Amino acid sequence: MTEPIIKIENLGKKYILRHKEKYITLRDSLNNLIPNLLSKNNREEFWALKDINVSLYDGDVLGIIGKNGSGKSTLLKIMSRITYPSQGQLTIKGNVASLLEVGTGFNPELTGRENIYLNGAILGMKSIEIRKNFDEIVNFSGVEKFLDTPVKHYSSGMYVRLAFSIAAHLSSDVLLVDEVLAVGDAEFQKRCLRKMGQVAKSGRTVLFVSHNMQSISDLCNRVILLSEGKLIGDGKPQDIISQYIDKIRNVADKENNINTEGRKGTGLVKIDKVEFGNLISGEEARIKMHYSSAKRNDKLINCRVAFAVKDLKYNLCFICSTEMYFEDNLQLNPTGILECTINKLPLGEGEYVVDLFFEENNVVVDWLEDSMIINVSAGKFHPGVRQVPKGHEGKAGTLVEHKWSTL
Amino acid sequence: MIKSIRMIKNKNDYLVIKPPSGLLNIDWNELWKYRELLYIFAWRDIKVRYKQTVIGIAWALFQPFVTMVIFSFFFGKLAKVPSEGVPYPIFVYSGLLFWNYFSSSLTNASNSLINEQNIIKKVYFPRLILPISATVTHLIDFGFSLLIMIGMMIYFKMQLSLHILYILPLLLIITTISSSGIGLFLSSVNVKYRDVRYILPFFIQILLYLTPVIYPVSIIPENIRWIMYLNPMSGVITIARSMFLNTGNIDYMSLLVSLFISFLYFLFGIYYFKKMEQYFADII
Repeated sequence: MTEPIIKIENLGKKYILRHKEKYITLRDSLNNLIPNLLSKNNREEFWALKDINVSLYDGDVLGIIGKNGSGKSTLLKIMSRITYPSQGQLTIKGNVASLLEVGTGFNPELTGRENIYLNGAILGMKSIEIRKNFDEIVNFSGVEKFLDTPVKHYSSGMYVRLAFSIAAHLSSDVLLVDEVLAVGDAEFQKRCLRKMGQVAKSGRTVLFVSHNMQSISDLCNRVILLSEGKLIGDGKPQDIISQYIDKIRNVADKENNINTEGRKGTGLVKIDKVEFGNLISGEEARIKMHYSSAKRNDKLINCRVAFAVKDLKYNLCFICSTEMYFEDNLQLNPTGILECTINKLPLGEGEYVVDLFFEENNVVVDWLEDSMIINVSAGKFHPGVRQVPKGHEGKAGTLVEHKWSTL
Repeated sequence: MIKSIRMIKNKNDYLVIKPPSGLLNIDWNELWKYRELLYIFAWRDIKVRYKQTVIGIAWALFQPFVTMVIFSFFFGKLAKVPSEGVPYPIFVYSGLLFWNYFSSSLTNASNSLINEQNIIKKVYFPRLILPISATVTHLIDFGFSLLIMIGMMIYFKMQLSLHILYILPLLLIITTISSSGIGLFLSSVNVKYRDVRYILPFFIQILLYLTPVIYPVSIIPENIRWIMYLNPMSGVITIARSMFLNTGNIDYMSLLVSLFISFLYFLFGIYYFKKMEQYFADII
């Protein structure tokens, strides 16, 4: 156990941001050649990861947490050799074949049988291995009947099941799981987690990226926290998760009260400030969202504004969205305040995490994940004396108004 | 999604991931280990290409045959292009045989990275496999076209020379490495500059006229004929004619030069490809 299975030393990844457009054409390059030679100022360096040092041993289950853009996915991409690091090095004991997403390289024209061979080979399986595991893969996926049908005729469920069974039959010693990328239904995600649990129990090393603190604390024995490409926490799950929550809280306490790290969207409209006021369980809550647009004078059309409330384990409690209240095509002034009223706040005493979202005409203009921590004080939601069942203190979930009677 | 990294070799092997360095750091062992993937990509391409067609693989026979008929009518019959004393159809077909292999494998290789961008962004494997398998795929079509060539030789009562046994493989090697060499270069340029997609058909069109496919090399003035050496396909097609149609002695000098030039293209292609490879997943 003295020798690490994975050793990450001073790992860094640098991107050079030059143009805004994704596809540059030869003509653009030629046109910009001379100005570019004269001034190198329009090259902006951006470190997606910097100075990461971590060693992992046999049987370690490492959770990686952090906001969008903190470098979690870049780290996994480097580990699976899809992209190269710019500095430092990463040593993995053993040889590597990687798989970033199930179903990669599936060809819709080919049959299920053919795709098993194709996908298996892309993931680095030898054809002898595939042949050996073939029946098992087919049984596990439950698509026996459609094995010789082109996968373009498959339902999306069948497609994902087949893809997952191929991936599940890779005999892996190190498993990387990125829950952020997870598509598919809840059943499928559960299967991924179960598979991960099995792998972890068999003493192999697992790396797990997730937003769900519940699964992180259930599955991992160690967690690292990334922020803006740097490693800012490494330790026991509970400690690092609280460190993460504290970090959001600290920023949220300041004057403009939202934590903007990892902000997404075009930025055409920005959510500047959100006032939750004094939140008391079971009382009326009035939430004011201040937003502004620097570039627009005309009305914002077809808007969708929402906030989501999650508990500290990152389980979703509820979402309040304008699209569920207004008719279609909500028009808003370019700068203004939206107020949302909740008649009877269905949250128990405690802290909650808030996501904010603003969309105009099907374009996400602002999206802030984990941007605030709100505090709900004890109140009287339920008519009874107790507000939480015995033994459920601190984990009451979303409160639901209800009555009881005898018949 | 589940991503998994799997140890293939025994546990004492170390994989070190660090910033790339060196000029031509090709991991031949790894490439060899992934050879199955190369077959699988080639097999998939052929399978998918003819999957939804009515006559299926017969397209591989139909296309060169029809081109030959049309060229024979316009260039042979109407324009009276000289054909070194052999019937024009078989003259032009012997050129088309190699030209089609060259141009289709070059096109396919140049677009190979862009076409597989989803895989490149998600899974690791030696990227060299993509353009090379795209080239090799067209060897199958070459095989079918060769059947027509043999048919025509029987029809026109040509004598088969034994030189074919060693010259034909050499010509195939020259064609394969020059198209994959240029293909490697263009495919990596294509990742960054999507213009390649549009330039390429035009480029190939021009190249067709610069290569002695529809005319014999003998109509080119002696003093500028050396330029043709830069194009390995000129040598290949001229030698193919000497071999199939006995239009002259086999020019071994030209064979060597073509082999050498195509090898240079190949080396340059690999060099450029390896240099750009580290950015593929980031910019594709």
